[in-house]
Amino acid sequence: MSGKEYRTITDVKGPLVFLNKTEPVSYNEIVQLRLSDGSIKNGQVLDTSDDQVIVQVFEGTASVDRQTGVKFLGDVFKLPVSKGLIGRILDGAGRPRDGGPEIVADDMADIIGAAINPYSRQSPESFIQTGISAIDACTSLVRGQKLPIFSASGLPHNDIALQIARQAKLVGSDDDFVVVFCAMGITAEEYNFFVHDLERTGALENAALFVNLADDPAVERLITPRLALTAAEYLAFEHDYHVLVIYTDMTNYCESLRQIGAAREEVPGRRGYPGYMYTDLAMLYERAGLVKGKKGSITQFPILTMPGDDITHPIPDLSGYITEGQIVISRELHQKGIYPPINVLPSLSRLMNAGIGPGKTREDHKSVSDQLYAAYAQGKELRGLVAIVGEDALNERDLQLLKFADIFEDRFLRQSRDEDRSIDEGTLDLAWNLLSNIDTKYLVRLDQKWIDKYHPGEKKGEEE
Amino acid sequence: MEIDSKIMEVKKMSTENGVIYRISGPVVTATGIAPRMYEVVRVGNEGLMGEVIELHGEQSVIQVYEETSGIEPGEPVIRTGQTLSVQLGPGLLTQIYDGIQRPLPKLEETMGVFITRGVDADGLDLTKEWEFVPTVKVGDELSAGHVIGTVQETETIEHRVMVPPGKEGVVKTIESGSFNITQTVCKLEDGSEIAMMQEWPVRHPRPFVQKYAPDVPLMTGQRILDFLFPLAKGGTAGIPGPFGSGKTVTQQQLAKWSDAQIVVYIGCGERGNEMTEVLDEFPHLIDPNTNKPLMNRTVMIANTSNMPVAAREASVYTGVTIAEYFRDMGYNVALMADSTSRWAEAMREISSRLEEMPGEEGYPAYLSSRLAEFYERAGRVETLSGEDGSVSVIGAVSPPGGDISEPVSQGTLRIVKVFWGLDAGLARQRHFPAINWLSSYSLYPQALDQWYRDNIASDFPEVRTEISTLLQIESELQEIVQLVGSDALPIDQQLTLEVARMIREFFLQQNAFHDVDTYSDLKLQYDMAKAILNFQEEGKKAIAGGAQLEDVVNVPARTDLMRGRFEEGYDGRIEGLVAEMSKQIAASMEEN
Repeated sequence: MSGKEYRTITDVKGPLVFLNKTEPVSYNEIVQLRLSDGSIKNGQVLDTSDDQVIVQVFEGTASVDRQTGVKFLGDVFKLPVSKGLIGRILDGAGRPRDGGPEIVADDMADIIGAAINPYSRQSPESFIQTGISAIDACTSLVRGQKLPIFSASGLPHNDIALQIARQAKLVGSDDDFVVVFCAMGITAEEYNFFVHDLERTGALENAALFVNLADDPAVERLITPRLALTAAEYLAFEHDYHVLVIYTDMTNYCESLRQIGAAREEVPGRRGYPGYMYTDLAMLYERAGLVKGKKGSITQFPILTMPGDDITHPIPDLSGYITEGQIVISRELHQKGIYPPINVLPSLSRLMNAGIGPGKTREDHKSVSDQLYAAYAQGKELRGLVAIVGEDALNERDLQLLKFADIFEDRFLRQSRDEDRSIDEGTLDLAWNLLSNIDTKYLVRLDQKWIDKYHPGEKKGEEE
Repeated sequence: MEIDSKIMEVKKMSTENGVIYRISGPVVTATGIAPRMYEVVRVGNEGLMGEVIELHGEQSVIQVYEETSGIEPGEPVIRTGQTLSVQLGPGLLTQIYDGIQRPLPKLEETMGVFITRGVDADGLDLTKEWEFVPTVKVGDELSAGHVIGTVQETETIEHRVMVPPGKEGVVKTIESGSFNITQTVCKLEDGSEIAMMQEWPVRHPRPFVQKYAPDVPLMTGQRILDFLFPLAKGGTAGIPGPFGSGKTVTQQQLAKWSDAQIVVYIGCGERGNEMTEVLDEFPHLIDPNTNKPLMNRTVMIANTSNMPVAAREASVYTGVTIAEYFRDMGYNVALMADSTSRWAEAMREISSRLEEMPGEEGYPAYLSSRLAEFYERAGRVETLSGEDGSVSVIGAVSPPGGDISEPVSQGTLRIVKVFWGLDAGLARQRHFPAINWLSSYSLYPQALDQWYRDNIASDFPEVRTEISTLLQIESELQEIVQLVGSDALPIDQQLTLEVARMIREFFLQQNAFHDVDTYSDLKLQYDMAKAILNFQEEGKKAIAGGAQLEDVVNVPARTDLMRGRFEEGYDGRIEGLVAEMSKQIAASMEEN
């Protein structure tokens, strides 16, 4: 398009700039603003017509005045992509932040990203061992899945995400993960924590970071995850990498979305968030998966903090409708001093059944998982009853279940930040061990053949 | 190239061309044309498909079915003179479409694994030849809807080629043999020609003679649905539930096992991987009614959450039109829409771009009338050719936070006759299907009772009432147990609790992922319900005779009866298992 610079700004409102009398400008086109002091800001066209163009400015509109020059660059937002992205730290708009050179682009990729044809997808079914028993046994992660961590302020979700990034591997495969880390509005302290940990373990060389911190422009957050996912798609589908995308914190992203919506005077949906937030989030989350004919994969770990620990808040709610399950962090367990404080009851992995079982994890995995879940759920419920009627009112079965809930939290959930348990001996055998505290006749979810084979007290070993 | 020729083609047809004035997301405003409402137009240099949804003075507002990035004011807008239509004819079955009937395999061929834009694709293969077998002869007088011949579309489904609505007359010529779907197979005296393909605008219901009251149940093999909350063929059901409560699994179970002859499955704004799962699974699943792959009777529409929102809005209409077309052939069709909330959100998004005055929670004020119009396209009808056909509609609803006081759930509940309420608490207890037996309802049992008496058992309705009464009593007793513990209850009430537990764990719980348990036919469901009542009766007798509750409950034969449902051939063995249980319970009385 023309390199014309317009000085026709009429209104400035929040992060939005309105201008008129332009030549035709295309929807979603990238815009450059030159302020009177010579500094440059970037933006994107949100609405365009013959009479008026609305531009969203990523860096905020501070110091923009009617004299500001606006130039339309004739293209949509693109990220320079190459394998050189690995090992680099970029800012929220894709510029180097680590003092290194500009990325030498092999290609320019449109950051909006196109939808994967559902017909071209491949079903995710490779189990990822995270080494965390609660996840591996009860909410198993599968390559190509999007599994968010639903947390809240003050909880150790970052530690869990890092532990997963460190330990995640495919059983019986040497394929490593490349980590794409996307920070949206997190504090410098949190950011340093992530970077130091990635450095400490050497994972940084195998990671690409996109960083928008709390004091960076809020509107920029809307493009940061798109840059990260564009990089992930390039690495996965052009270079066969298995990519693990961790983004934190989705709640900040949604706040920015709301801010833009308010500035445009849109009709708000629930709690002021825009009505299109579901679609917008889906455009991010759905960029996970595997496609036919490509070796690489994208697995997503979005982290979001639930405002007021409320799982029905629009952000976790809409996320839960799109993602393939969720890992819920519990304040109660955290306060008991249990790490990782994963509450397995509301947690869920929708792709679990496809990823576990004989040849993948172990034949008894499903039964064990169901039994753990049922026993813990009942034990937890009994805690409430005991608080009213006392333990004396319980029968034998209930007493065993009550005790099991404590053992489960203390020995199964609890593990150290560096403990990497194998699915086989580390997690499932441990589960059998703990379940043997309950009378076999109460273990109704376990098939007899698995009891015969794996139960420590009932095992009918082949040597007999 | 293809697009250029397409534009040339429509240029010839269109009376006027206009230009783009404004672009805001999926909504484009054009000037210089005077189209009709809901007319399809081609937008921009790439000829993107769009539909006129508002006329405003000089301006026409268009929703565009593809991504609009990079399009600018001044680009052309061209009328096509047609409203959004689907192609109907042989080749629909086993196909998977996007929201505007573009076959997804075709899109993969032309644009690779990512869906880009500007590609047109016919809904049906226009070149493939089908073996047409005529069923009318020269001189026959035909009216609209009359079947003129058949095509074996898949192994199990015979496609009946019909006179399109609006045509009638006397047969002048009729062909037989291999033809593609655009070739004329029948000529009428008045000169009009009939091919195997017809088109129909998706927003208009297809015509029929009259609607009947539904009086045959739609069998789904799901015990809680068929037995307690049945849906009739031609009926409507809503499944609201929070995320993780098993909406999609329930919908997929219905798509797999319901005894409809044709299934239309609409994945509306849902996950991509879920559609892949269906695509991977269905060709391998065997229909218990025909012993042939389920895919043979299935049409799928997948407009996932990240695909264009306007096409999501259209996907529901595309699906229901295809369903009606098969209904008109005299088939029983089941349509699943997962999820109607995403459809409603698409309406909301478009509406807010139009800056319409919003109703509740930002949804457009016409939300409930659109929902009603959609569900009203269900029904059992007398078709134009005098056949009996039906469309049953099952809509999933995804209420935010699981709170069904929101507008989409409420709009749906006002219309549907069956409510299967999914419950997060049950899902958390891993009680699946997590359908709450206290809040769910069906308004069909009265209409269906005669059918049950004639076809299953003369006391079927009474058994059902007894089972649901027991569940009701249990919920009342549970309130007391919460306070004082179950030991404080009299022994007969403790037995009632055990019976209710048996209903929940043995009957209502059903494992969708278990090869055997995933499907129970209605006769077996009845036998299982009777087995529970038998346990209650024998237990009462034994306890009156001095037996301990513990002994009655723990007879080994009861465990065998309950576990047996996971094994093949259970329907043949259940009678023996029940007899053995009765014997052992009676024996427990003698021990004391």
